[in-house]
Amino acid sequence: MRYLFRPPATDGAGLLSLPWHLPLEQWDPELLLEVPQRGISRHVVRFTAQDGHVYALKEISEPLARHEYALLGQFEEEGLPSVSVLGICVDRPGGQDAVLVTRYLEYSMSYRYLFSRPYGDHSADQLLDTMVVLLVRLHLAGVFWGDCSLSNTLFRLDAGAFTAYLVDAETSERHLELSPGQRHYDVDLARERVGAELLDLQFGELLPVDVDPIEVADSLPVRYAALWHEVTREEVFALDEQRQRVAERLQRLNDLGFDVGEIELVTDPQGGARLRVETRVAEPGQNRRELFRLTGLEVQERQARRLLNDLRAYRATVEQKIGTPVPETVAGYRWLAEAYHPVVEAIPPDLVGRLAPAEVFHEILEHRWFLSERAGHDVGTTRAARSYFDTVLPRTPKELTTPSVIVGGRD
Amino acid sequence: MASIEMRNIVKQYGDGFPAVNDVSLDIADGEFMILVGPSGCGKSTLLRMIVGLEDITSGDMVIGGKRVNDLAPRDRNLSMVFQNYALYPHMSVYENIAFPLRLSKTPDDEVRRRVTEAADVLELNEHLDRKPANLSGGQRQRVAMGRAIVRQAEAFLFDEPLSNLDAKLRGQMRTEISRLQRRLGITTVYVTHDQTEAMTLGDRVCVLRKGKIQQVASPRELYEQPVNLFVAGFIGSPPMNFLPATLEGNRLQTPFGPIELDERRAAAVQGRDLLLVGIRPEYFEDASLVDEAKRPLGSVFRARVDVTEWLGDSQYAYIPYDAPDAIRDQLRDLSRELDSEALRTQAIVSIDATSRIREGREAEFWLDSRKVHVFDPQSGENLTRDAEAGARLTQLANEDRVEQVQEAQSQGHTISDDSGTGAHRAGAA
Repeated sequence: MRYLFRPPATDGAGLLSLPWHLPLEQWDPELLLEVPQRGISRHVVRFTAQDGHVYALKEISEPLARHEYALLGQFEEEGLPSVSVLGICVDRPGGQDAVLVTRYLEYSMSYRYLFSRPYGDHSADQLLDTMVVLLVRLHLAGVFWGDCSLSNTLFRLDAGAFTAYLVDAETSERHLELSPGQRHYDVDLARERVGAELLDLQFGELLPVDVDPIEVADSLPVRYAALWHEVTREEVFALDEQRQRVAERLQRLNDLGFDVGEIELVTDPQGGARLRVETRVAEPGQNRRELFRLTGLEVQERQARRLLNDLRAYRATVEQKIGTPVPETVAGYRWLAEAYHPVVEAIPPDLVGRLAPAEVFHEILEHRWFLSERAGHDVGTTRAARSYFDTVLPRTPKELTTPSVIVGGRD
Repeated sequence: MASIEMRNIVKQYGDGFPAVNDVSLDIADGEFMILVGPSGCGKSTLLRMIVGLEDITSGDMVIGGKRVNDLAPRDRNLSMVFQNYALYPHMSVYENIAFPLRLSKTPDDEVRRRVTEAADVLELNEHLDRKPANLSGGQRQRVAMGRAIVRQAEAFLFDEPLSNLDAKLRGQMRTEISRLQRRLGITTVYVTHDQTEAMTLGDRVCVLRKGKIQQVASPRELYEQPVNLFVAGFIGSPPMNFLPATLEGNRLQTPFGPIELDERRAAAVQGRDLLLVGIRPEYFEDASLVDEAKRPLGSVFRARVDVTEWLGDSQYAYIPYDAPDAIRDQLRDLSRELDSEALRTQAIVSIDATSRIREGREAEFWLDSRKVHVFDPQSGENLTRDAEAGARLTQLANEDRVEQVQEAQSQGHTISDDSGTGAHRAGAA
């Protein structure tokens, strides 16, 4: 047998002792982990935990495994939203298929969960929009998905909104640029898949009655076309409007969740200008990187923006109190120790892992605002946290608990 | 259902590389056409241009009489079968087949008619009420085909559909696809790199090399009357043996002794210093086992056997031979292009399973000289190809096809499309 691991993969070294010579279906259940948040797969898929990390194992033919391994590696390097690949095991005895190992996307939710249980404002519209953002991002990067479906997408909460991740790249292809035919094909397939997946939930009596599978599916190509147009269109305007139009366009793209790489402005002798923007395919990451620099926390982009705002407010308060400027790195360290950690560490043990810590922090900030509004004065984070742990967090079902926390609790 | 016509199709990528170079190909309504060749030959690109996944640089793609170059994939009404099919656990097999119609809001009675018809052809009737979890691997694939059928597409397209299945399921599916295509009489284009798949499935096979068509013919014509060295080496397993030869009168001098050519072939190969003679493994035999009546139709030679392979029902002997450097290089290049280990300066000959010929010893072999082909080593052209005989073989294959489709129709197996004439048109093509 042969194992190919992507560095840095020392975290996966413990996986080597698993019984790779056996078909996954014959593995001792003791070695495996039940994961409720998963979609439909054509292949045998199992989950396992090592040193507190959870991995997904998928049995597929060697050429497909090698292909997917290479592509997922590229996607990760370029910052495309996809699961992270650890490695493959090939040349298994008896002509068995290869196994592809990916890192489990912690705190992710499957469409089955999200669609079958409307929760707050997680509407079908919002989920579809999120999926379309993922598809547009992949297409901009020249990725033909070939299998875009809800089953192959995982959703993660990011400060109340969602981010979608590609889970399965088995049939994906990399091109310099996609032809319109390739994009249309992907979108048509996505429409059909989404429709079928929702019909399936409906047959299983898992879909809320007000969601019409066909209507939702039919809206996908429309949403896609609108977003594609928004991020790729060329604008023509008079030169004197230039400043305002460029600013508007950039703001619009940021609002849609895209960063802008390069702007090309071509003027013509008649006093007009043509604007082309090159949209970055990577997930936006400015706030994420800034928060990581100041605190070492790794969170998602919108969460990072939220946390940074809290950090800045905290710094201002401290500066006002002591009357001298506080360097930002010092503020970062103190915010972490005095604001963030106390809240996260106060999560009652039986509720740990239902939402990512940064999402909990975000929700507590929301809750604090809500309580303060009602009370007519600022209730403070500590009180807001206590109230949130008592009344809000328990409403997030236990089955959402992320596998690594379940494993951690078991050890 | 429809015919597919390609006129001077070119696909050129940004770097100017022509992945498909001036391909013209007519696929008749109801025909099963295979696109085959080694990787990089352009077969998948061609299929993708039919589907609409790749832009066409120049030329015309005509489906059912309509030019589709600028149509979106969806508007071409073609069906890529098995492409990443998924089965939905809460839906019955019936609904798993029906959902494309549900999504297009087809009326219930029409859905029922089409699904029942498809299930008849696929022999899934008894499973329609079950959940897909209880289906076997082969039945699951048939559900995927059912979806394609109910859509009433103009044609079925397959892009190496079996390459990721295990050997057993692959064999099973090959039979299923072939049977289904006959019953439906639907135009089918099937891409594969596997010459065995190509030979067993297609009415006609289009062999591609570096973006160009080499030959389009029935499997038997390709096998017996290949146009060039490439097709001759690609089709057949184990592959054709190529021996260096020089012409003396009507005789080829080869490492396996002289081979007598008839007048026609001798005239065709005149005027070249060096030739390549192509002999399929089964044109050889252990000389001691050849009928006296047959013996004079070929030549006899002695050679030392390197290895024998006894497979129970058949047996192969490997005989090394010498070849000039130029020939050796050329065979190595061809072998590399075909991704084959086999084309070396070692002949693989088929001998009767009862033969007592043993490894490491010299033995006497007989060679059927009537069936050898002679190739120009420079151009690769088959100098002795009998085009008329080849055309007859392809004509016979076409007659077989028409007969099979008619038989399926008379048993009521074919699916009627809206006009009710699809299968008839297929039969007449």
